Amino acid sequence: MKLLVAVKQVAALDEDFEIRADGRDVEADFLIRDVNEWDDYSLEEALKIKEAAASPVEVVAVSVGPEDADEALRKCLAKGADRAIRVWDEAIEGSDSIAIARVLAAVARKESPQMLFAGVQSSDHAFASTGVATAAFLDWPHAAVVANLTYTPGGDTAVFRRELEGGVLHEMQIECPAVLTIQLGINTPRYASLRSIKQAAAKPIEVLSLQDLGIAAPDVGESGSLSRVRRMYIPDKGRAEMIEGDVEEQAARLAQIIKDAIGGAA
Amino acid sequence: MSGILVIAEHRRGELRAAALELVSAAQAAKRGAADKVAVVLIADKPERLMPHVSVGGVDEIVTVKISAHDFDPDALESAVGALIAARKPSLVLIPHSIDSFGYAAALAAKGGFGFATDVFKLGYEGSEDSGQAGLVATRGGYGQKVNVEVDFPGKDTIVLAVRANTFKPPEGVSSPTVTEFTAPPVRSRLSSRSFIEVSSGDDVDMTAAEFILSIGRGIGEQANVERFQELAAAVGATLGCSRPIADAGWLPKSRQVGQSGKTASACKLYVAMGISGAIQHLAGMKHVATIVAVNADAGASIFSVARYGIVGDLFEIADALRTHFEPGS
Ligand SMILES: Cc1cc2nc3c(=O)[nH]c(=O)nc-3n(C[C@H](O)[C@H](O)[C@H](O)COP(=O)(O)OP(=O)(O)OC[C@H]3O[C@@H](n4cnc5c(N)ncnc54)[C@H](O)[C@@H]3O)c2cc1C
Repeated sequence: MKLLVAVKQVAALDEDFEIRADGRDVEADFLIRDVNEWDDYSLEEALKIKEAAASPVEVVAVSVGPEDADEALRKCLAKGADRAIRVWDEAIEGSDSIAIARVLAAVARKESPQMLFAGVQSSDHAFASTGVATAAFLDWPHAAVVANLTYTPGGDTAVFRRELEGGVLHEMQIECPAVLTIQLGINTPRYASLRSIKQAAAKPIEVLSLQDLGIAAPDVGESGSLSRVRRMYIPDKGRAEMIEGDVEEQAARLAQIIKDAIGGAA
Repeated sequence: MSGILVIAEHRRGELRAAALELVSAAQAAKRGAADKVAVVLIADKPERLMPHVSVGGVDEIVTVKISAHDFDPDALESAVGALIAARKPSLVLIPHSIDSFGYAAALAAKGGFGFATDVFKLGYEGSEDSGQAGLVATRGGYGQKVNVEVDFPGKDTIVLAVRANTFKPPEGVSSPTVTEFTAPPVRSRLSSRSFIEVSSGDDVDMTAAEFILSIGRGIGEQANVERFQELAAAVGATLGCSRPIADAGWLPKSRQVGQSGKTASACKLYVAMGISGAIQHLAGMKHVATIVAVNADAGASIFSVARYGIVGDLFEIADALRTHFEPGS
């Protein structure tokens, strides 16, 4: 029994950042890396299933990315993932979420898990498409924005609730194996202990190339993608009037705005 | 390749507002009268939805009958895929919604169509490569701190998931032609069971609140919630929050503003403290007339919808603000 969890090392921007000379991304020096917030929840969901299972379950974390993605995978190992796989090749550079999904699908074919979890979206680019596209390449059933899951490892079906606009839940049943994209709040992700973080540092991360997975270079990168970044730019800041001054002055102005708006009720 | 297909979304028998917004998006992308706009109704009783989509700018309604009454990703993917194969449209517009999260990427991946999600701007522009006009779609990146323009070299059909509340629904009515399309049979691997309304036992109605003080992850820890409860009471505001605060259980879910929470429908003044301005949060409050954002990060995207902004530490601002609302002040 195996559960595969897709994780991404995302990037947030430093306060003062610059766009790269080619205008198509942010200069790498200004990127702050971290594990995608949603992936904490999908890993936790897999670990919970493993811990509740009657028979052994292996949780495998997989990331497509260069070496710095090891950091995300080590965090997964520290929290209790049994194995970690990282796939990288220069040719993957410039891939959109669909090309990444093609790689994840190849890993799933190799590993044959009973379930694949991915985050609903990633906190940097929020495509909300990697997991479901992975399912398409595998021809597996798929469901997105799963906020509650009832699944017994090895079961032919799972019951889940997807979270709709307005917070209404929609309960559905799905055949397994399946790809589910996991929503924030489905569980409470654990923290790794210092000891397990140290232990994880010594655990191996399996690194796979495109060749190992039988993927041709043109099927990833820009040529294997369904869109191409043409330009990235900093949008106009909008119409906000910035309230300057020291804290006292700013607070006094805010108090005035409040009093004006509520008709001086205070 | 011509023609624009708009995939109308419906839930529990009702058309969703995004469907009409997409008609306006289609108008914005249209290259001329030859680019016909067809609204596609995929449902168990598509004819019931027809009157709601006979709006200005719609040339045709395509009805596709499927057996599922409620969301069925396999049936949707298969029906839209078959329709694209039959009609070869240049553009297919889908709402960027919870339903489309569940099938749009699979549709695009299988068909190899051009594809982008959460698009808020679209149009044809001259391309350097070919000299031909190509479609350019704009979306956000890095937590909405940058705008990203994407294009779709070599793609004849492009599927775009369009952000809600971006295009205004069209005005006027139309008399579109109606075409029936027969979708190929599909064995669905999912089945719908029930809808569950979540109630959290808190009696506050955020949709009715006129003045909301809303706190986000910037407040740091649960122990700090109380001082904002006190501050809200002192200034006469209803305390609201962003999702992480509700997910952590620090405030009831009914206080959460945003796409999966409440819409601040009656709100006139919204003070956001320590909220970054994720698009799903904005979905519940960006319409408010007066938004004041307090955030330590001058680049936070909340400032792009705010009327007033304060770059600073929310605790310091909160403490100083409190002194203006002490009894007798
Ligand atoms: C399908 C879906 C539905 C969702 N629905 C909702 C929803 O309904 N509502 C919602 O809110 N989110 C929703 N989200 C989540 C959303 O994407 C964001 O994750 C969330 O809104 C972030 O909340 P935040 O702004 O409080 O936290 P963060 O993004 O972490 O922002 C915290 C902010 O606090 C600032 N800050 C930190 N410390 C201080 C300080 N001392 N002083 C001043 N500022 C400080 C930081 O600069 C930062 O901007 C949804 C996501 C998905 C995928």
